[in-house]
Amino acid sequence: MAVKNFVLVCGGTACESTKGDEIFKALLKSATKHGIKDDVQIIKTGCFGFCEKGPIVKVLPEEEFYVEVTPEDAEDIIAETVVKGRTVERLAYKDASTKGSVSSEKIKFYQKQYRVVLRNCGLINPEDINEYIARDGYLALEKCLTGELTPDSVIEHLKVSGLRGRGGAGFPTWLKWNFSKNVTADQKYVVCNADEGDPGAYMDRSTCEGDPHSIIEAMAIAGFTCGADTGYIYIRAEYPLAIERLNIAIEQAKEAGLLGDNILGSDFSFNLEIRLGAGAFVCGEETALLASIEGKRGMPIPKPPFPAVKGLWGKPSIINNVETFANIPVILTKGGAWFKSIGTAGSPGTKVFALTGQIENSGLVEVPMGTTLRDIVFDIGGGIKNGRKFKAVQTGGPSGGVITEQFLDTPIDFDTLTSIGSMMGSGGMIVMSEDDCIVDVTKFYLEFCVEESCGKCSPCRIGTKKMHEILEKITSGKGEMDDIQKLKDIGKAMKTASLCGLGQTAANPVLSTLKYFEDEYLEHIQDGKCRAGSCKDLMQYKVVTEKCIGCTVCARKCPVNCIEGERKAPHFIVQEKCVKCGACYEACKFDAITIS
Amino acid sequence: MAKMTLAQLKALRDETKKDIDRRDTEGKDVMIVVGMGTCGIAAGAKDAISSFIDEIKEHDLTNVTIKQTGCMGLCHSEPTVDVKAPGMPDTIYGNVTAELAKEIIVKHVIGKELISKHVLDRPASDIMKEQN
Repeated sequence: MAVKNFVLVCGGTACESTKGDEIFKALLKSATKHGIKDDVQIIKTGCFGFCEKGPIVKVLPEEEFYVEVTPEDAEDIIAETVVKGRTVERLAYKDASTKGSVSSEKIKFYQKQYRVVLRNCGLINPEDINEYIARDGYLALEKCLTGELTPDSVIEHLKVSGLRGRGGAGFPTWLKWNFSKNVTADQKYVVCNADEGDPGAYMDRSTCEGDPHSIIEAMAIAGFTCGADTGYIYIRAEYPLAIERLNIAIEQAKEAGLLGDNILGSDFSFNLEIRLGAGAFVCGEETALLASIEGKRGMPIPKPPFPAVKGLWGKPSIINNVETFANIPVILTKGGAWFKSIGTAGSPGTKVFALTGQIENSGLVEVPMGTTLRDIVFDIGGGIKNGRKFKAVQTGGPSGGVITEQFLDTPIDFDTLTSIGSMMGSGGMIVMSEDDCIVDVTKFYLEFCVEESCGKCSPCRIGTKKMHEILEKITSGKGEMDDIQKLKDIGKAMKTASLCGLGQTAANPVLSTLKYFEDEYLEHIQDGKCRAGSCKDLMQYKVVTEKCIGCTVCARKCPVNCIEGERKAPHFIVQEKCVKCGACYEACKFDAITIS
Repeated sequence: MAKMTLAQLKALRDETKKDIDRRDTEGKDVMIVVGMGTCGIAAGAKDAISSFIDEIKEHDLTNVTIKQTGCMGLCHSEPTVDVKAPGMPDTIYGNVTAELAKEIIVKHVIGKELISKHVLDRPASDIMKEQN
């Protein structure tokens, strides 16, 4: 199709539909007059839902949104916008940020994004290898096998690209691969870490589901580079669809001769198997992950030696995260320098974020490193749900911290996030509004860590438990002033003395929220107040005497009979007996019961 | 598929690329792509896809291909569906229920009219072409 522009004319019957038809004809006439009839497609559409400014004309791909258009304006729209690419100012809708315009604001969802990792997700059929191949799939592997790329030049490309591990720590990928390549061993392995465990992060799952071949290709390239003939994808059993699609992809690649012995007729062989994990958070830590693949209990061991030198069954192993692998085929086809040109100097490339929580458009977004949080939350994410006020964003899951309003304009990359007390982590972004209690959210993360601590080392096992107990105390209104210091001390000890990343970072959510929201902790302790109203124990239901007419509905609904008062006289709640079930609040027809 | 050699892979890539660019394969010029990641399926993508199939049968349409894909990233509006039809801009519809799927076939595919209320966005492929 050679059509360059689409002109959409509102053809709804609700507004001035008769004119819509005239405009349609006038546009057609002008297009013919300018000899561009074949380059432009004029389409009648349904109602734009913005009838007060109708009739509406929209021009794609310029995204021009014209309101109150008359048939006489048609000539200008064609002559100016379609032919010359200029906006007809007199018709342009002035305030595009208000509601009503159908996609002028939603369009931002994709415009600020840059898709490298998710290049095929949502475009190709993940169960059809041909569609992956059509989008330059297996081209990088092909280059390796034709000799266009050698193990050394692969490393060189990765070095130039500056790719850093996307699992969270941000370790330079080329270094990892180089370590493994330079060790002499009879057997080496490539392992893909698809044990995505951060609450709210699901980019790895989506990549495996949407573009499984990119992982397979990258792992084969890793095998080619470091001299490994076997690879394992470690993925949690909780991701059945991702596992199914990976299995289909592996089968297809084997059949096509892209996996297995003598790939594409060369003397390079690479076999790939899937290993299922039981969903333990600690198995995302590489040494615990390797233990789990070996069939042992998933517990970390001290490093060094690093897995690149002594990993799976004691052999050199490259372990990378799904997102890291997904970057590699593109880097090798387009070159390290191309990748380096995206993102920031210290963190080239893009990052996929899973945007969840109190956000209008939750979803999976991929942006160049260095994009500000404001762009992600407000432009791509569409702002906070229900117009509430922004409070903070939690990044890095249970190992990360909060980013507050003052840092909304900080360009995000590995280093800036660390410097403001959070971390990249796998890329989960949980957006919090004024309705979220910071202490309660922190308690949630600690609860997660208590459950997921493997128990091998005491700082983590005991530290997470103790911290959780203190937070429990604070949220139930029994906190004491020295609890704050205790939290800080335990956190520090865990950071220094824990064996693996889980324990070393488990205190981060506490330390980070204490730094930025100490006043909220103090409010809970000193005033017995939770400003977000989410700590149940600090809440009180009260009767507004002026509004209560004594209808007795609340007293009859109360399951513990704690509401007293005469008929037709204001009632009151006996706080000692109240279980805060909220039944009275729901029942009252006169808004006479409040929460404080 | 039989095991390929390097030359065969190259040939296959060129061949499949043409297919994707042409889009119009074997007289089928309308393509409906349904986001079938875990998120889409959880939100009801399977209902939508069966509704599309039923409606296509209902109207005896032979020029429509239905394809599944992974997550498009628009989790807030799952299930999402990308509709490519000749003479119409490529369109993504959000929150596609079984009823909306029927409406898309009747209005968008047959009637060549956009259902503006449910249009979510232009598809990612447009944007990607502009970037790369």
